[in-house]
Amino acid sequence: MIETALSILVGIFFAVAVYLLLSKHTIRIMLGVVVLGNAANLSIFTAGRLTREVPPVIPPDLYVPEIATANPLPQALVLTAIVISFSLFAFLLVLAWRAYQDLDTDNTEEMRIAEPKADPLPPLSY
Amino acid sequence: MESASNPYGVDISQAMIVERVALADWLLVFPVALPLLAAAILVMLRSRPRLHAPIAIAVIGIVLVSNVALLSRVFDEGPFAMTMGRWLPPFGITFVADILGVLLATTAALVALVCALFGSTSIDLTGRRYGFYPFVLLLMTGVGGSFLTGDIFNLYVWFEVFLISSFGLLILGSERAQLDGAFKYAILNLVATTLFLIATGLLYGVFGTLNMADIALKADDLRDEAPLTMLATLYLVAFGMKAAAFPLHFWLPASYHTPRLVVGALFGGLLTKVGIYALLRTLYLLFPEEGGTLSGVIAVVAVLTMIFGVVGALAQTDIRRIMGFIVISGIGIMMAGLALGDRTGLAGTVLYAVHSMLVMAALYLLVALMRRAGGTYSLLELGGLYRSHPLLAAIALLLVLSAAGLPPGSGLWPKVMLVKSALDGDAGWLAFAILLSGLLTTLALGRVFALAFWRPRADGAAVPATPLDRSGLFALVLIVMPILWIGLYPEPVLAMADAAAASLLDPASYSLLVLPAGGGS
Repeated sequence: MIETALSILVGIFFAVAVYLLLSKHTIRIMLGVVVLGNAANLSIFTAGRLTREVPPVIPPDLYVPEIATANPLPQALVLTAIVISFSLFAFLLVLAWRAYQDLDTDNTEEMRIAEPKADPLPPLSY
Repeated sequence: MESASNPYGVDISQAMIVERVALADWLLVFPVALPLLAAAILVMLRSRPRLHAPIAIAVIGIVLVSNVALLSRVFDEGPFAMTMGRWLPPFGITFVADILGVLLATTAALVALVCALFGSTSIDLTGRRYGFYPFVLLLMTGVGGSFLTGDIFNLYVWFEVFLISSFGLLILGSERAQLDGAFKYAILNLVATTLFLIATGLLYGVFGTLNMADIALKADDLRDEAPLTMLATLYLVAFGMKAAAFPLHFWLPASYHTPRLVVGALFGGLLTKVGIYALLRTLYLLFPEEGGTLSGVIAVVAVLTMIFGVVGALAQTDIRRIMGFIVISGIGIMMAGLALGDRTGLAGTVLYAVHSMLVMAALYLLVALMRRAGGTYSLLELGGLYRSHPLLAAIALLLVLSAAGLPPGSGLWPKVMLVKSALDGDAGWLAFAILLSGLLTTLALGRVFALAFWRPRADGAAVPATPLDRSGLFALVLIVMPILWIGLYPEPVLAMADAAAASLLDPASYSLLVLPAGGGS
């Protein structure tokens, strides 16, 4: 039940992320990247099966847990992914800010310094 | 380590490694651990940038030597695996030295060594203070880890490691064009790695394991009920984007010409090939049947990538941007082997990856030296370099022939294998596309040679014979030697590529290597 609800939520996250990523403005693209990262994290979390309030602790006299417990691995994966996406996003924010300062635009259509529109054709004859 | 029974009297040999790891197996962590350590040391030596180049070159040299030692061991005695942290696979993270990964890691280390040498004169003290060498070493860590790991989530982490260091290298210098290119590179690559992460999360949901050998074992039982084709497609999109395959390649021509050219050489040589490597692993080791289903799509993508790439190169005036499009065209040729999927085709792809790493890095370094000799990147103004710099002209001719797949360079043999495989597999159109892209590459790069070297300068003036810096030229000669060696005496590398293709077509042997007991849980 809760998996279904979370799956729908992940779907909404993806839709929002794609919509924002398709924007021409850098700040919206950044927001899209954040939402996409969270959508990925939530989908890992959901794909790892959700269990309530059963910590994965094995009693001292047993080899294996008595009942099904929460799976700690997806949480470890999500934690890794959060750290990585957080640091990358911090870099992206600074990059976008510097690009906005230096290029005087936040519109990706006008960001043509690296690939100028009026590039001449190469010589066609030897 | 203690015996099989721990203080609680529990037999841990089912879950943990109880015997000491053989000393020789530790060689496997060198290509990852050494550059990581050296990068940390160089960051601490930030105020002593003069020390950076010698330390980095020495460490990358040791990494290259350990990679060569690994390669000779794997080639003679067969592949081996090593698991860290004492947990048995599939619980612990496994590193696997098989011929495919180690061959590519060795070539990558050679390219990095050449670029580090080249950077010792072309990167100024400011660039070093801003971390050129630590970033190069971290890039090496990420690329080496990607080639050697046997765990899919670990592969994701290595992808992020080299992605982050590539960001640092890309904006080194902070020029306007760099910020522009880096923004597009950063966003699109981040989306690609996020797709990779999503695919890995869903894969974990299906398989409950992240160890690639374990996944390969379990795929057969799950094939009927689990959406494996969807997973394979997600990986194809994510890695296709990393490899700059059409139509997801637009970040590459937007960014690769903006940073320092030695960085371009490193990127053009290493990064896209990691994407191809990851495609080989996922589509042949993890999902062989689903990869077969997708081969039609991959073939179309391959043809479009090789043709669009080289047509883009024909339309450029700036020689740096021409090289970006030539990188893309080569990706298409490698994907053709992925689509063909027989032993000759896969061996062709592996050999082409080795060739492309060396030749693309060499071409970017050549562009840097042409700039120093001719003073510009524009084909409209370059000219007369043949008379003023004959050695550079000779190397340029060799590289042009090699990139176009003509003798005596290294590009001939992989293309022969791919064309043969395509003709054997009744895919004549694929063979035709490979040959057509070769012809167009000859035109695009042959024109660079004709205009910049043969043609006298437009204003008629003689080009001054500016002396090129010795270590730059030495680095270029160093990387041209293996290119010539593969071109003239391909047997050893060909045998390795063939062994790599054979192991790709036999996922069971890979699984047996990591999980001798036949899989856990």
